[in-house]
Amino acid sequence: MIHRRLVSEYLVPAATLVGALLVWEAATHALRIPRFVMPAPSAILAEGWDWRYRFLGHAWVTLYETLGGFALSIAVGVPLAVLIVYSPVLRSAIYPLIVLAQSVPKIAIAPVLLLVLGYGEIPKVVVAFLVAFFPVVVDTATGLAATPPELLDLSRSYRASAFKTFVKVRLPMAMPFFFAGAKVAITLAVIGAVVGEFVGSDKGLGYVILSATSYWKTELAFSSMILLSLMAIVLFGAVALVERLVCPWLTPAADE
Amino acid sequence: MIRLDGVGKTYRTRRGDVVRAVEDVTLHVEANEFVTLVGPSGCGKSTLLKLVAGLTPPTAGAIHIREQPVREPFADAGFVFQQPVLLPWRSVLDNVLFSVEMLGLDSRLYRKPALDLLELTGLGGFETKYPRELSGGMQQRVAICRALLPDPSLLLMDEPFGALDAMTREEMSLELLRVWEERRKTILFVTHSIPEAILLADRVVVMTPRPGRIARILEVGLPRPRTMELEFDPRFKAVSEEVRGLIFARRSVPR
Repeated sequence: MIHRRLVSEYLVPAATLVGALLVWEAATHALRIPRFVMPAPSAILAEGWDWRYRFLGHAWVTLYETLGGFALSIAVGVPLAVLIVYSPVLRSAIYPLIVLAQSVPKIAIAPVLLLVLGYGEIPKVVVAFLVAFFPVVVDTATGLAATPPELLDLSRSYRASAFKTFVKVRLPMAMPFFFAGAKVAITLAVIGAVVGEFVGSDKGLGYVILSATSYWKTELAFSSMILLSLMAIVLFGAVALVERLVCPWLTPAADE
Repeated sequence: MIRLDGVGKTYRTRRGDVVRAVEDVTLHVEANEFVTLVGPSGCGKSTLLKLVAGLTPPTAGAIHIREQPVREPFADAGFVFQQPVLLPWRSVLDNVLFSVEMLGLDSRLYRKPALDLLELTGLGGFETKYPRELSGGMQQRVAICRALLPDPSLLLMDEPFGALDAMTREEMSLELLRVWEERRKTILFVTHSIPEAILLADRVVVMTPRPGRIARILEVGLPRPRTMELEFDPRFKAVSEEVRGLIFARRSVPR
């Protein structure tokens, strides 16, 4: 049983990936595709290896822009969700604004933000935040509103304070929803940081992609892209891990 | 113990319609009495329980518990709903302790009584499980333990076995009676099952819908402890016929 699961869960996807890379590699050589149109995986790998020390610095910049935006999206998104759920007045005041903020294309805001906030990392953090905070607010608000009315009646019948009910019932009830939003937010934050870098920067993985393409260094652009994807996957995994630690009741117990 | 005098409740729906949920309900319940409320859905049974619990104020009449008018939630009551509504992140034991925690009592002092209750309801050994690892019937037992733990003098049960399969349902009814024999308290029990209402109760309150009114209050003169065999007792049948008559007679009358 364990053996079969290992094959289907890891071996099959890994073999598919390796197979696709081999076909790609063979195709670039056989069809003589110019390296600036579609470089071979081996060339991408080699270029990435050459750049390994320089990449470290750029990756670090993009990482903290991403994490900054993500942290901000939670710091702002969760309190907003609480306000929306607890106050009908604030709900009708804030909700349209949030939807409006969401509907503005972030790429369109980025140049304006750069103009206002300058050339440094701050505008990238802000773009990442703007892209990421919507799912946090909406999912957390949905979660806070998902408490069964019977449980609220129960808390009230025990004369528990609204704060106690919030801490002991509503907040934990909203946790799975919050994490669903946070998992979307972290991947969006990576996109936001890169978009910010595209608009104007001199460091970060988005900057590397942009400058590499303007010098026809497609291998470098590709290896930077791969690094970005890896970063997004690792960050997503980290949020999922925190979720498993915070909400252990969601992970099914191991089958006996 | 509980006195409802001419109690009525009307409320307005979001669309502005006025709904008369309960009208002119007068009911006196003795201490340690087991009273069931039976009637078709929409007859305001659940509203009545909320009124007694002080979760919502009546729009007419007065409710007294132990001669005190009910103005706010009455903390000496336990609630059991149709759904167990347990907290999925808490173990069975911590779910049972939830009631005393919300009451602001020291939950450490209640660990032993909580374990005793779980033992009494056949859940011994399950205290560290999560709710989703339990069957529907077991989850409902946890909800009953949670309501019983602070040892309230009043238990309000809103179709507590309504979501369970027929066999579990019978089993749970008898179990509830067994627990009640051991720890007497006043129980108001809402159901739409006529046999269940009769099997459990000292008195059956038959209600009619829209607005919810009391059609009649029937004395169930059957001996205790009760068993499922009682369903074949002629006296059980007589009461059951009468309840059916009260509920369905009005329906055949064209309005």
